[in-house]
Amino acid sequence: MDAFTRLDAKSAPLPLANIDTDQIIPKQFLKIIDRKGLAKGLFFDLRFDEDGKERPDFVLNQPAYKGAGVLIAGDNFGCGSSREHAPWALMDFGIRSVISTSFADIFYNNCFQNGLLPVVLKAEEVAQLMDEARGGNHVVSVDLETQTVTSPSGKVFHFQIDPQRKQKMLKGLDAIGETLIKVDSIDTYEMKRALAQPWLEGA
Amino acid sequence: MHRMPGKTLYDKIWDAHVVDTQDGEAILYIDLHLIHEVTTPQAFAGLRANGRPVRRPDRTLAVADHNVPTEGQGLGVDAVADEEARLQLQTLGKNVAEYGIEFFPMGDIRNGIVHVVGPEQGRTQPGMTIVCGDSHTSTHGAFGALAHGIGTSEVEHVLATQTLRQKKAKNFRVRIEGQPAPGVGAKDFALAVIGEIGTAGGTGSVIEFAGSAIRDLSMEGRMTLCNLTIEGGAKAGLVAPDQKTFDYIMGRPAAPKGGAWEMALSHWKTFFTDEDAVFDREIVLDAAKIAPTVTWGTSPEDVVAVTGNVPSPDSFETPDKRASAARALEYMGLTAGQPITEAKVDVVFIGSCTNSRIEDLRAAAQIAQTAFLNGRLVAPHVRAMVVPGSGLVRAQAEDEGLDAIFKASGFEWREPGCSMCLAMNPDKLSDGQRCASTSNRNFEGRQGRGGRTHLMSPAMAAAAAIAGHIADVRDFL
Repeated sequence: MDAFTRLDAKSAPLPLANIDTDQIIPKQFLKIIDRKGLAKGLFFDLRFDEDGKERPDFVLNQPAYKGAGVLIAGDNFGCGSSREHAPWALMDFGIRSVISTSFADIFYNNCFQNGLLPVVLKAEEVAQLMDEARGGNHVVSVDLETQTVTSPSGKVFHFQIDPQRKQKMLKGLDAIGETLIKVDSIDTYEMKRALAQPWLEGA
Repeated sequence: MHRMPGKTLYDKIWDAHVVDTQDGEAILYIDLHLIHEVTTPQAFAGLRANGRPVRRPDRTLAVADHNVPTEGQGLGVDAVADEEARLQLQTLGKNVAEYGIEFFPMGDIRNGIVHVVGPEQGRTQPGMTIVCGDSHTSTHGAFGALAHGIGTSEVEHVLATQTLRQKKAKNFRVRIEGQPAPGVGAKDFALAVIGEIGTAGGTGSVIEFAGSAIRDLSMEGRMTLCNLTIEGGAKAGLVAPDQKTFDYIMGRPAAPKGGAWEMALSHWKTFFTDEDAVFDREIVLDAAKIAPTVTWGTSPEDVVAVTGNVPSPDSFETPDKRASAARALEYMGLTAGQPITEAKVDVVFIGSCTNSRIEDLRAAAQIAQTAFLNGRLVAPHVRAMVVPGSGLVRAQAEDEGLDAIFKASGFEWREPGCSMCLAMNPDKLSDGQRCASTSNRNFEGRQGRGGRTHLMSPAMAAAAAIAGHIADVRDFL
């Protein structure tokens, strides 16, 4: 996965609660057998009208937010379907961090498999960033090492993150390779299980 | 002597599966890995790129469900008109053949929705850990198994290591006590719970459902309830196994046989919450107070009793929620204050991993039959479809004559799959169409772009088909 250390990028405000993964990437884009090329489907129904034309009122279509790297969203971002296509699509579009008051578990977890940093801040801090993102200067700084977000006006907000997840994201580690270091433990567990629960063997 | 506090059901399953810990995370052994065509191609590609084998193909089972059309399945993948969907299904077929994984392809009577097939085959058993690249994996919690959805990177991790790296979640108990009114069941319980806690209310928790009303539920009802725990944001749902659970499993193809059955049974009976176990959170609901429930908006927490009215956005606490509610009303084409039964439906969908099992079909057929005997059919302007959860459910329903009741009443009787729950196949709503649906998500565009979804129980959906609008099932009993 891609490492994440620090990002200085434009932030785009999306002040809606419960943005689900169906909205992030609708079903018609899930038929691929590859991870790449999903940017075209990101927020598809919000970005495009029935004729496939860009909706000018949608934030990511506005010239001021072209090239945004940070999304600021309402509560419970990423709820619903487990589709990892959601973080893939965000990243393919150029979004490397999402800031919200809360995230749904599976989406949050999927972000860490891909180097997309989900940042949880307090409601008033998210509201402040949302306000500033609507102004002239949208550039925020997200620093994983110091666990801080710096707003366009220079306000600094500290965020919490699991220390192990932080280290893996900073280094871009491969989780499977890490787990396979413990393959002897898996072998031992399986041998014990085969004796205790023989009905699960050779199904 | 200081005594250790008791353990919850979740604690016990967790403890029994920790292989090791690494960097503060548990490496949790996975007993059963269910896979399907949509969330696995990139995982197999990753294995191939790294030269890694599948560690336990025998603990993995594949089905074709998300993309499949609900007619012509006897032709196999040739029945799939959509080229991308066909390629995805063919890719699954190639991957399972290469890695030696058991697969029920399209047209196999055992194929169907992954969360219907696992229990039906006896693969789902108490005390197990079960994962699948699908959020509704929580369904299997009905058997007292720790079951949850994972992303594709984690699918690859499980294929390669038969483990998952996890941090423990919190213990949350939802007790539902008492006797529900006639016409009220598991779907109403689930919607009432989500309405109570919100779609993020369970975030970071595993919910154990307990209480007399849960004990009284059938296995199908428990599956419906656990299926919908993800819509309350929870990691997983659980119901402690009991005699109903064991009776359901006995004799199924993958159930333990002979002496192994007794051995398994004594193992399964260890999975319950101790009397003195402590939960991080607990709520109690009175089953008698739960009405037949439907959704009015575009989030599963947007629930209202069928006797109620569409709420006003002003009634919500935060600006975000008010904005979301206003947007939902506009999307749904509803007006604040109007009775929900005024909503006229164009389509009725009875199916999905939430409600496509035999008991669900019986409940819907009973409403259809009663109406039929009173001279009423599916309303002329309504397209009503029934999509059984698997080929075996379909066959059983046909043995019981349910298909005849549905067809005589004007319902379409289709072949199994996820179908219009997520509309990846040709079954979808068109812009502005309103649907009474037994599925699990009323998100914008979920059942087709511009489609308007109202979630409800199978009996309520059947009543809506006949009335032509959202209706109180109690008027149809």
